[in-house]
Amino acid sequence: MAEIYDAVIIGGGHNGLTCAAYLARAGRKVLVLERRHILGGAAVSEQIFPGFTYTVCSYVVSLLRPEIIRDLELPRHGLQILPLDSAFVPMENGDHLALWSDPATTRTELQRHSRRDADAYPEFNQMMYKMGFAVKPILGMVPPNPLSPGVDDLRRLLELGRHAKGLDARTFQQLTKLMTMSATDFLDEWFESDVLKALTAINGIIGTMLGPRSPGTAYVMLHHFMGELDGAFTVWGFQKGGTGAVSNAIAGAARQHGAVLRCNAPVAQVIVRNGQAVGVALESGEEIRARTVVSGLDPRQTFLKLVDSRQLPAEFATAIGNFKYRGSSGKVNLALDGLPTFTSMPDRALLQGMIEICPSVDFVERAYDDAKYGEFSRRPFLDVLIPSTIDPTLAPPGKHVMSIFVQYAPYKLNGGWSAQQRDAFGDAVVNTLEEFAPGIKKLILHRQVLSPWDLEQDFGLAEGNIFHGELTLDQIFFLRPTAGWAKFRTPIRNYYQCGSGTHPGGGITGGPGRLAAMEILRSSK
Amino acid sequence: MPRPSPFYSRTAALCESHSWQEWSGFLSANMYELHHLREYYAIRTAAALIDISPLYKYLVHGRDALKLLNRVMTRDIARCAVGQVLYTPWCDEHGRIIDDGTVTQLAPGRYRVTAADPSLRWFEDNATGLQVQIDDISDSLAALALQGPLAGEILQQAAGPALAQLKYFRHASAAIAGMDVSITRTGYTGDLGYELFADPADAERLWDALMEAGQPRLLRAAGQLALDMVRIEAGLLLVAVDFISSKKTVFDVQKSTPYELGLGWTVMLEKGNFVGRAALAAERERGAAWATVGLDVQWDSLEQIYKRYGMPIHLPETAWGNAVPVYSDEVQIGRATSGTWSPLLKKYVVLARIQPQYAKPGTPVCMEATVEAQRHMTAARVTALPFYNPPHKRA
Repeated sequence: MAEIYDAVIIGGGHNGLTCAAYLARAGRKVLVLERRHILGGAAVSEQIFPGFTYTVCSYVVSLLRPEIIRDLELPRHGLQILPLDSAFVPMENGDHLALWSDPATTRTELQRHSRRDADAYPEFNQMMYKMGFAVKPILGMVPPNPLSPGVDDLRRLLELGRHAKGLDARTFQQLTKLMTMSATDFLDEWFESDVLKALTAINGIIGTMLGPRSPGTAYVMLHHFMGELDGAFTVWGFQKGGTGAVSNAIAGAARQHGAVLRCNAPVAQVIVRNGQAVGVALESGEEIRARTVVSGLDPRQTFLKLVDSRQLPAEFATAIGNFKYRGSSGKVNLALDGLPTFTSMPDRALLQGMIEICPSVDFVERAYDDAKYGEFSRRPFLDVLIPSTIDPTLAPPGKHVMSIFVQYAPYKLNGGWSAQQRDAFGDAVVNTLEEFAPGIKKLILHRQVLSPWDLEQDFGLAEGNIFHGELTLDQIFFLRPTAGWAKFRTPIRNYYQCGSGTHPGGGITGGPGRLAAMEILRSSK
Repeated sequence: MPRPSPFYSRTAALCESHSWQEWSGFLSANMYELHHLREYYAIRTAAALIDISPLYKYLVHGRDALKLLNRVMTRDIARCAVGQVLYTPWCDEHGRIIDDGTVTQLAPGRYRVTAADPSLRWFEDNATGLQVQIDDISDSLAALALQGPLAGEILQQAAGPALAQLKYFRHASAAIAGMDVSITRTGYTGDLGYELFADPADAERLWDALMEAGQPRLLRAAGQLALDMVRIEAGLLLVAVDFISSKKTVFDVQKSTPYELGLGWTVMLEKGNFVGRAALAAERERGAAWATVGLDVQWDSLEQIYKRYGMPIHLPETAWGNAVPVYSDEVQIGRATSGTWSPLLKKYVVLARIQPQYAKPGTPVCMEATVEAQRHMTAARVTALPFYNPPHKRA
């Protein structure tokens, strides 16, 4: 055990890599340990079927913090985010809704559904833009602890107070509503067209075990509106090569700054001596010493698996035990022999954007009903993207890959998940798709189905929750993962957390990784 | 009324935006869709087809063809082997740039020259006493640029696998769907790319054949707006924007030399006499008055300016080309001539002409930025050109 690292980071997901890159950039000697054979965690691209690259779990990018892109010079390392500029919803009556990046085209389309909504839609977007602008500073900030504030906390609270003071009364009112209402209740105040409400509300349920009519979902909707690309808010994009290429870009930056990245190196536990982390033990028996140990895993693994929970204050261990995951989604990836045909699609250009199987609010709420009682949705909500229509190198010429995010698939399935249940779930997805795109079944060359159970087994996501824990109001900001421990520290000295289970939460943001690195650097100054 | 290019029936059918500009008397699409960004990304991540027929094209042949070209051009055309292409500017007798283009030796003693502006008279005036024939073939050659990282794959699909051997700045003759096409591995994008020259009578069929071959690789038509962004990323200057042809102005202050424009590498003083040589030799001796550099506008600085107005940062959606002042310590040191937000590099990149003592990469400077109709200075850093230079461009 000759080498002592300044920091060992457990988990080579995008946040672990971001943390590593920032620490290495500051001159620290850093080692990243990844359990799998490939870096990226849930942001990986893999050729599961020869010739076809799947963006296996995560599939779109928008929330990646622009300061990280600049600080780590990610474009130099392969970051190339291509904008997605349309959304298409096929309806059950054969009609459709299509939103385009061009406001005038969108307006004309919306007028078919409701002339009033056509007027309201740009105003709604403007309001959400304003909300995003209002909340944005929080994303780049280490959460202050309002429960027992220190000097730094007071300074940050004051900053927040000043920022809030700058908001006008109407913005503040809308913000309060967003924090408390259900997505559909909130949208009812804006729109009358059901399909438009359904399309907008899905931002409020992704990754959450709640339906569009459940209170709290309006906030999750806002979380998805906070993305920005090139200074424009609420724009979503697709990384060339799939989201694995985002991880690879961050890994490239980390390596350039001297970080060592090791795959096939599962960590068994954090070595704690006298209440202080001093290194890690790998499953292979190898021990690695470090001055700081950082976990990029979710709170359950960080605190209840990697360390002996007896090392933790009982109250803290209980709070971590109570942290909600409740995985609600699965993922299906398809290799296709050609492009599918959606019966109600007016323009094939829409195949290059998002395709949303959410024909009505009731459809999505019914999908949730199944999950509430422990079944996967018989007709699930599907967030579909055909990445090869944006990046043709993902599939052989003329062939395609399809990424399907599926909700709902409860982690706690009646009778438990099995190979048969996984297949049945995959069938439900393909059958639902076939209703709107007849013939798609015949195009399928290969199918990969990931249930929440698979997401836990293969990617270490507790209960299959894509955000390392739900992004509900009781679990965000200074409460993530639990009160008093939102500053990336843990009750064990020199043991830090940097995963999506910390502020600002899930999605490919890099925020937890960057903020954790800043805290580590600050405390070791 | 501008006239249609040989590809007009195809470009017009695709031009949903109905947004056209005039280019050398032809109609040229600004963008095909209502927004140009998809065309930009096609050039950088897949492939795009750009109608470049409005370029002026000349065939120079006869016993003294090489002599004429070496008399006019700043580069040593004797080094241009058969099947090779050279980029070169040409200057007036004071060493000020008239125009730039490419010279391709198609066959022994047979050269094709491309130019942005009409150049027949200039070439002929310089051919006095030489046995050389200069044919203006501008109207008898339709031209297309096929550009982007997947351009090679598409070209091989259309013209055969032999094209895989075509190296950077080389020429090949090939057949596409039975049509004779002259192909150079050149372009104005700084990416992997090709320029194809064909009989205007074949133009539509050529377009269709390429589009068909490129369809599985998402080939799309791209217009001037996307092209303007990528050429800035590639550090390529645009005549009439970044500099003015010495034939288009009567004021010396508006003229530029190759040294001032970062094209010193194209000036071969050793090759013997050529138009402008004496002036350029003297300039090399005393040093150029200006240096052309890249500026990397600092995001944080620009963001701070917008913050004063309670606004988030705004970035240019298209390339701009109206010069603004560049300062160092509040003293003006030059001008920024064009700039664009680079969605690929995530940088605000600018081409600038500044005093040479500030040209070292990394030098902090300021550029004028107008926010809410008020003038501000945003911090920028001098950068070497090009901003974007992918390995696949030359590979």
